[in-house]
Amino acid sequence: MQSSIEERLTKKSKKAKLETFGKSLSFICIAFIVLVVISILYFVASKGIATFTQNGVSIGSFLGGTDWNPSGKGADGQPLVGALPMITGSFLVTFLSAIVATPFAIGAAVFMTEISPKMGKKILQPVIELLVGIPSVVYGFIGLTVVVPAVRNVFGGSGFGILAGTFVLFVMILPTVTSMTIDALNTVPRHYREASLALGATRWQTVYKVVLRSAIPGILTAVVFGMARAFGEALAVQMVIGNAALMPGNLVSPASTLTSILTMGMGNTVMGSLQNNVLWSLALILLVMSLVFNIMTRLIGKKGAMK
Amino acid sequence: MGVKRLIQAGLIAGVAFSLAACGNKDGSTSASKEATEKNEEITTGSITAVGSTALQPLVEAAAEKYQENHAGSTINVQGGGSGTGLSQVATEAVEIGNSDVFAEEKEGVDAKALVDHRVAVVGITPVIHKDTGVTNLTKEQLIDIFTGKITNWKEVGGNNQEIVVVNRAAGSGTRASFEKWGLGGAKSIQSQEQDSSGAVRKIINETPGAISYLAFSYIDDQTKTLSIDQVKPTEANVATNDWKIWSYEHMYTKGEATGLTQSFLAYMMSAAVQDELVSKMGYLPITAMKVERDVDGTIK
Amino acid sequence: MNAKKADKIATGTLYAIAGVIVLILFSLLAFILVRGVPHISWNFLTNRSQTFKTGGGIGPQLFNSFYLLILTMLFSVPISLGAGIYLSEYAKKNWVTDLVRTAIEVLSSLPSIVVGLFGFLIFVIQMGWGFSIISGALALTLFNLPLLTRTVEDSLRAIPATQREAGLALGLSRWETVTKIVVPAALPGILTGVILAAGRVFGEAAALIYTAGQSAPALNFADWNPMHIASPLNPFRPAETLAVHIWKINGEGIMPDAAAVSAGASAVLIITVLLFNLLARYLGRVIYKKSTSA
Repeated sequence: MQSSIEERLTKKSKKAKLETFGKSLSFICIAFIVLVVISILYFVASKGIATFTQNGVSIGSFLGGTDWNPSGKGADGQPLVGALPMITGSFLVTFLSAIVATPFAIGAAVFMTEISPKMGKKILQPVIELLVGIPSVVYGFIGLTVVVPAVRNVFGGSGFGILAGTFVLFVMILPTVTSMTIDALNTVPRHYREASLALGATRWQTVYKVVLRSAIPGILTAVVFGMARAFGEALAVQMVIGNAALMPGNLVSPASTLTSILTMGMGNTVMGSLQNNVLWSLALILLVMSLVFNIMTRLIGKKGAMK
Repeated sequence: MGVKRLIQAGLIAGVAFSLAACGNKDGSTSASKEATEKNEEITTGSITAVGSTALQPLVEAAAEKYQENHAGSTINVQGGGSGTGLSQVATEAVEIGNSDVFAEEKEGVDAKALVDHRVAVVGITPVIHKDTGVTNLTKEQLIDIFTGKITNWKEVGGNNQEIVVVNRAAGSGTRASFEKWGLGGAKSIQSQEQDSSGAVRKIINETPGAISYLAFSYIDDQTKTLSIDQVKPTEANVATNDWKIWSYEHMYTKGEATGLTQSFLAYMMSAAVQDELVSKMGYLPITAMKVERDVDGTIK
Repeated sequence: MNAKKADKIATGTLYAIAGVIVLILFSLLAFILVRGVPHISWNFLTNRSQTFKTGGGIGPQLFNSFYLLILTMLFSVPISLGAGIYLSEYAKKNWVTDLVRTAIEVLSSLPSIVVGLFGFLIFVIQMGWGFSIISGALALTLFNLPLLTRTVEDSLRAIPATQREAGLALGLSRWETVTKIVVPAALPGILTGVILAAGRVFGEAAALIYTAGQSAPALNFADWNPMHIASPLNPFRPAETLAVHIWKINGEGIMPDAAAVSAGASAVLIITVLLFNLLARYLGRVIYKKSTSA
């Protein structure tokens, strides 16, 4: 009897064993994901760096050059792999679509949390979730059949370009930004609103001066997150932007983004050649940018955290 | 407990798949071994052809017919682009690499290790939007348009309409052939680029002043083609090389084809494919060509 | 302008914004459905696709899409459930956890074409599985994991701490508390997240072009032995999905009715995603009612 009590006390109980099992199981899952991320990062980085290490392209001429023609050679015998037009294009569509989408997202979020939560939940919420569900192939196709001709008729030019890309991306990132903004507004404590209303402020004054102000970090995070989405979108943008590796002179002339050139070129180049490696370098830029966007949301979150 | 059951299901599925994988591999290798010993035509097993998206529909249709006649054979046909096709066949990841261009023309491919099988010819023609008022261009005019020296249709006798040049993606087989045979090797200016023939056709039909180029197989009644130096882009003119802009469709193998690959490639050249499928899909049968052209453009 | 007037104007503007968003969605849906629905018929849904003749259907593609979706979910749901549990229940609040979260978010914002090419080199070539359902499902799993993990973690976090305390106070271990109390309570949220993710996976094309492939060989629907190559269940056969099919015929389709097939296929895709959404809503409500005895 004594020994069995001792045993029961010193040996791990069944529950403790179960606990260890559960904890390890969930740890294995997260470790697996981390492993996947690391291998993808390593894979893209090692291929992307080959342009500079194996093909001897200087990072400066890659990031700062404006001539993109990887199969041709410039006057100095260096391959023409200036990625600046694509980098500019990517940033332009990203910022412009974020600028257009933000007021809409904030408006919709305020509507759903402050003005009419009932209608918001019944109509707007499903609508926004549906917008996420529409595949980017379909977005691109609609962009090509509707947005491009519309831009051509209103603004002239061929219709392809930054502007058409902005419109398509605006609709695509709207759901992301809106639903994150809603979360941000929901975390504003209820007594803030009550205090403001009790002071005699109107609903709009409460929203504008109290709720939105205190939700700024959350809203910024939402916007940056939407920008990250826009930056990485490929198929839809590629169909409407025109894919010309030229510095964008205006918003309605064909331009290109990192993803559009990357997607187009992959199948047509031979693995291991400069033309292929340089596409991986573009992917590396995308990766680094998504890291930057992430760090930005983290910094914003930290600064705005309520203490 | 839901979690546990799901994990179990996952594990069982995983094991099942790995078993299936082994089963698959064993099946094909033993079959090929047996047949090489007997030294007769092998029509069973599984091979993969990857590459050119332009060639994909033809090979797919041929593979479908071949499999109907040869039970036990599986021929996977995938797109992915000529570059993918050539690099994958060179590393022996797949049995056949489909390409619109000669392997010699692609950088980074060891062309000597690859064996070329030309299965069809495809004509390429300049296409324009219907309201340009132009039906014929000289070769010089065509070059000047694509190199940016001529920017308005009125300079070549058409309407006062700005020219919009639309290219295929750099590295695309259609673009390489068009620049080589249509533009005399000149490089087109940086302009709008599209990933696929379907997108080019849509844009040409809808964008005023647009000019681009398409393989004959993509021309429909809405698309307007151009004559060059009064020669019409017809299959008869391609066969005699009066229409210069055409290219071979290649199916490359690493070394000489053996086994099922050999049998399938022979089928590609048979009358069933060449006389029926090939022309139905807008290609020219290789057997109809009155001339032969090598990679440097020498005509035989 | 006094405060009351400003309030009215602002309210009006907000109504207008909400209206515009609803309008955008409805015109998108109307556009797709009006063009596509007339082409949908039983034959269209079940027939094989044609490479160069009219009258092609989307039968195999539709089946492939669902099969791929189920496999993907089979892989990704357990893993992301475990990972989500770890992040919300066990992870300590330190820089390592922060790093893990950053890594997951970086993975979620990667363009799907990069995930697809990674899958191509690892599963298709390295593992020798070729263009196959299994390669596609694994690539989609990579693409799906970050999003799903985040949803699971968020749903678990939304469960009040008091429920966990109650469980621990009853003498349950942490793991038991999680699996018996927290996860069931969070089930409506998790399920909604899973179904919405399913919609995203269903419509994904770029990650599949180089993994599951762009061809849909004939399937023998009488043969359900997963070892046979023509069997619909064989995970080692190439499988073009509906989204890839739309992408392909828009790009390279030479069948005369390409535009109609593409419009019809897009409509089927949208309707399916729509059904997923409705299902998510419905199940979420049912489970919520059951678990709260409301």
